[in-house]
Amino acid sequence: MYDFAYHKPTSIADAVKILSADPDARPISGGQTLLPALKHRLNKPSALVDLSAIAELRGIKRDGNKITIGAMTRHADVASNPEVKAAIPALARMAESIGDPQVRNRGTMGGSVSNNDPAADYPAAVLALNATLVTDKRRIAADDFFQGMFTTALEPGELLVAIEIPVPEKTGYAKMRNPASRYVMTGVFVARTGGNVRVAVNGAGPCVFRQTEMEKALTANWSPDAVANIKQSPEGLNGDIHGSAEYRAHLVTVMAKRAVADAG
Amino acid sequence: MNVVTPFEGIGASVKRKEDLRFLSGRGQYTDDIARPGQAYAYILRSPHAHARIRGIDAAAAKAMPGVVAIFTGADMTGVGSLPCGWQIHNKDGSPMAEPPHPVIAVDKVRHVGDPVAVVVAESKAQAKDAAEAINVDYEVLPAVATMEAALAPGAPQIHEGAPGNLCYDWHIGDKAVNDAAFANAYKVVKFETTNNRLVPNAMEPRAAIGDFDPATGEYTLYTTSQNPHVIRLLMGAFVLQIPEAKLRVVAPDVGGGFGSKIFHYAEEAIVTWAAGKLHRPVKWTAERTESFMSDAHGRDHVTTAELALDKDGKFLGLRVHTLANMGAYLSTFAPSVPTYLYATLLAGVYTTPTIYAEVKAVFTNTVPVDAYRGAGRPEATYLLERLVDVAAAEMGMDRVEIRRRNFIPADAFPYQTPVALQYDSGNYHATLDQALEVADWKGFEARRAEARARGKLRGIGISTYLEACGIAPSAVVGSLGARAGLYEVGTIRVHPTGSVTVLTGAHSHGQGHETTFAQLVADRLGVPVAQVDVVHGDTAKVPFGMGTYGSRSLAVGGSAMFKAMDKIIAKGKKIAAHLMEASVEDIEFDRGNFRVAGTDRSKSLAEIALAAYVPHNYPIEELEPGLEETAFYDPKNFTYPGGCHIAEVEIDPETGKVEMVNFTAVDDVGRVINPMIVEGQVHGGIAQGIGQALLEQAVYDENGQLLSASMMDYTMPRADDLPSVGVATHATLCTHNPLGVKGCGEVGAIGSPPAVINAVVDALRDYGVRHIEMPATPAKIWSIINAGRPKMAAE
Repeated sequence: MYDFAYHKPTSIADAVKILSADPDARPISGGQTLLPALKHRLNKPSALVDLSAIAELRGIKRDGNKITIGAMTRHADVASNPEVKAAIPALARMAESIGDPQVRNRGTMGGSVSNNDPAADYPAAVLALNATLVTDKRRIAADDFFQGMFTTALEPGELLVAIEIPVPEKTGYAKMRNPASRYVMTGVFVARTGGNVRVAVNGAGPCVFRQTEMEKALTANWSPDAVANIKQSPEGLNGDIHGSAEYRAHLVTVMAKRAVADAG
Repeated sequence: MNVVTPFEGIGASVKRKEDLRFLSGRGQYTDDIARPGQAYAYILRSPHAHARIRGIDAAAAKAMPGVVAIFTGADMTGVGSLPCGWQIHNKDGSPMAEPPHPVIAVDKVRHVGDPVAVVVAESKAQAKDAAEAINVDYEVLPAVATMEAALAPGAPQIHEGAPGNLCYDWHIGDKAVNDAAFANAYKVVKFETTNNRLVPNAMEPRAAIGDFDPATGEYTLYTTSQNPHVIRLLMGAFVLQIPEAKLRVVAPDVGGGFGSKIFHYAEEAIVTWAAGKLHRPVKWTAERTESFMSDAHGRDHVTTAELALDKDGKFLGLRVHTLANMGAYLSTFAPSVPTYLYATLLAGVYTTPTIYAEVKAVFTNTVPVDAYRGAGRPEATYLLERLVDVAAAEMGMDRVEIRRRNFIPADAFPYQTPVALQYDSGNYHATLDQALEVADWKGFEARRAEARARGKLRGIGISTYLEACGIAPSAVVGSLGARAGLYEVGTIRVHPTGSVTVLTGAHSHGQGHETTFAQLVADRLGVPVAQVDVVHGDTAKVPFGMGTYGSRSLAVGGSAMFKAMDKIIAKGKKIAAHLMEASVEDIEFDRGNFRVAGTDRSKSLAEIALAAYVPHNYPIEELEPGLEETAFYDPKNFTYPGGCHIAEVEIDPETGKVEMVNFTAVDDVGRVINPMIVEGQVHGGIAQGIGQALLEQAVYDENGQLLSASMMDYTMPRADDLPSVGVATHATLCTHNPLGVKGCGEVGAIGSPPAVINAVVDALRDYGVRHIEMPATPAKIWSIINAGRPKMAAE
């Protein structure tokens, strides 16, 4: 990797100050994407702003019908948190399915969401759960947050602080992993919150997206059969040496069916 | 007196002596070695598959912090081409095209990863920084990434000395006899297949340290090698012109090789040469992506085969046309792999009376291809065992029955095949029967029905395979083009108090030699395993040996030790006869004791050793002091392990994902020294075989860019991809080596891929699938399922 300056602020305000002052500085949370990129010299930040010492970014709390997860909360903590397990079981299971124990004990939910890798898990949950992304400056609805491949609504210097999730009635998640990387090749997260059904697809396209036809069908009939015959168009989906766009489109239906079954 | 417990000799699952240091982090691998004052090399590699180098400007890079030196191909005057160790001749008798392989590219680069310059700096990071500042002016040329493209008329030419990108056009077998057999056939079954290209991916990346002592003029190369003497010979004699006495090659602990660490690589010569120039040790360690782009790849055949059968399903003849990818340059043993390690295996376990095979080896703008676990034999086995299944289907015959009908019978050994090899022993009916029993072949249809009720497609597949290993009789391989002998050396050094050091030319890089070889000594000389040390991997310590590959270490290296022990025992008898005032003919030796026959008078090996090293009472006129013997053993034949592998799979028809639910291997590896180690070797081989069948593939795009250049895109088998493997052995002894051993390192990788694909095809039988190419990925299987409607038989 190239040389960089290293900062370890202890407050959100200090972190934002450093990031705002230097457009080439990058925040680093669990480092599960950024560190490999640095090692491959694919990234040359002037400075890394390590967020791990900022206590207010960590932790999970339930407040009535809302669960708030700090951006620096590790996957392992999401997976094992009793509130998450009780209220959003599919999110806990999703966190448990990411990478391996080393990854789950380093990687953070906020890091993954901010990075918006099309093959990451969390964006599907955040979108399907209609979460609100809380930054140091504002609140952003999930529908507005994920804007494209590795692109979000976050502005330079803006820091994701927490993810607020309204407690759903039902959640389910199913994914087909890329055989080599074990990232998501195609995954579907289904959630029913306050009677509204949202279906989010990750892995298949350049960015997580909602499958509205399936949402309608599931609103009318919450069962795997309701989505079993809904075909996803392959247009605009990803194709690579592991699977064509047609294959991914097919998997959207299969994973949607399984996600609903998972939700029960 | 030394007492060997029965738990330490031949047949005992002695725990591996070497594991204590490996598991406790005390192994000493090449990258763990730090020589005083060592500098670090980083190799700048070509990003293009094919390009002319118009110029290299390293002036700015040379001025960067920490840079010691930068060398390009033009700086390495007097350095020879990397040599090829095997020469194949064309059909017309002319030698193969053997274009030069510069250590660092000169004028042209021929694959992504081809070395262009080396930066030596005080740190690796500084070397990398400087490498980025080197400006290489490339004129990008059109590339040929596939054999089809390379052979096309008007294709870009990779080497001046290889017109049409053809390395050789070779054949074996009597074509006229073969044609006649096909003319009389009841049926001819034709089959085309590609044997997928693999990246070896040893856990330890390659590394090398060159060291030079200006006081003595001695060079030392520490390297991740399976055969340090071979590297010393090739690099010393052909590349750097350093006499053996001034060049020491050390291959310390090595973390896996699978063939990829047999070959003499450019980096070894670069660091050794640079150390001599700079009078400083120079270390290079590959990063994983570098391994993908510079370790020799494996397999990569495209084949058309035809099998002629009579009406009863007896094989009348086999005809094979294969294109074999050599990559951009000839790696050390590359030409031998698709010829004498492949086509000679096409008889398999069958009595096919005539075989004709034609192999064209082709240069492409890809990483060189060479031996990888099994080397040629997996390609032959896969072709044959898939072809037999296809033939059974087209003849309407049972897959097991067609095999039985064509097996070489157990009483037909020694058996001469039509493709040069003479098998010494085997019992294919026995291994088949045992495997069918263990795998509960008969109960399969019930399991298939049960799986179908769960929505899964279950299939079972069989492979009855044979391989030739224990390489090799030197005169035989010499007549076939090998430029080296393939004997092995062993020294047994009995110390004055009776402990033993074994020196072997074989090299352990995961195989457990330190234990298996100690067991040979324990069994024969009665010395406890704990008192037997095995030394290997250092040309300064061990006599000239040939190393480890081709499942040869025990069959050839172990036999050398056995012969050396013969000499120890013979000498010991003379000493014992003198000490006990008996005649030599009356001395009997059994596991550590020299006894006067028919008496209770005996001397232990330790007593004999002490007498030999403290020769106060000793037949000094007739016998030299000391108790150390060396033997060089040249095998009389290859060894022929064989057996039966049965794979059982379940396919999720919605995703196309294959789950390996069961795997049975019954292997005849000859006499087993350590069953636990054999089982581990078979497990590892099967893991790689399943990897080839279901997961692994090196993919190049049409411009010669390696798309699967990291673990993110190259699917290595993981624990959850693998089933619990049932391993059993059924031994027929090798008849021509003193241990009766055959070799077990490669059987898993050779026997398993066709068993897996046969099972996958069986699972998809209702979809009218005739064949599916490796790797059978979920996407590939889904596209078959998606395209074909299930044809439910008898509905």
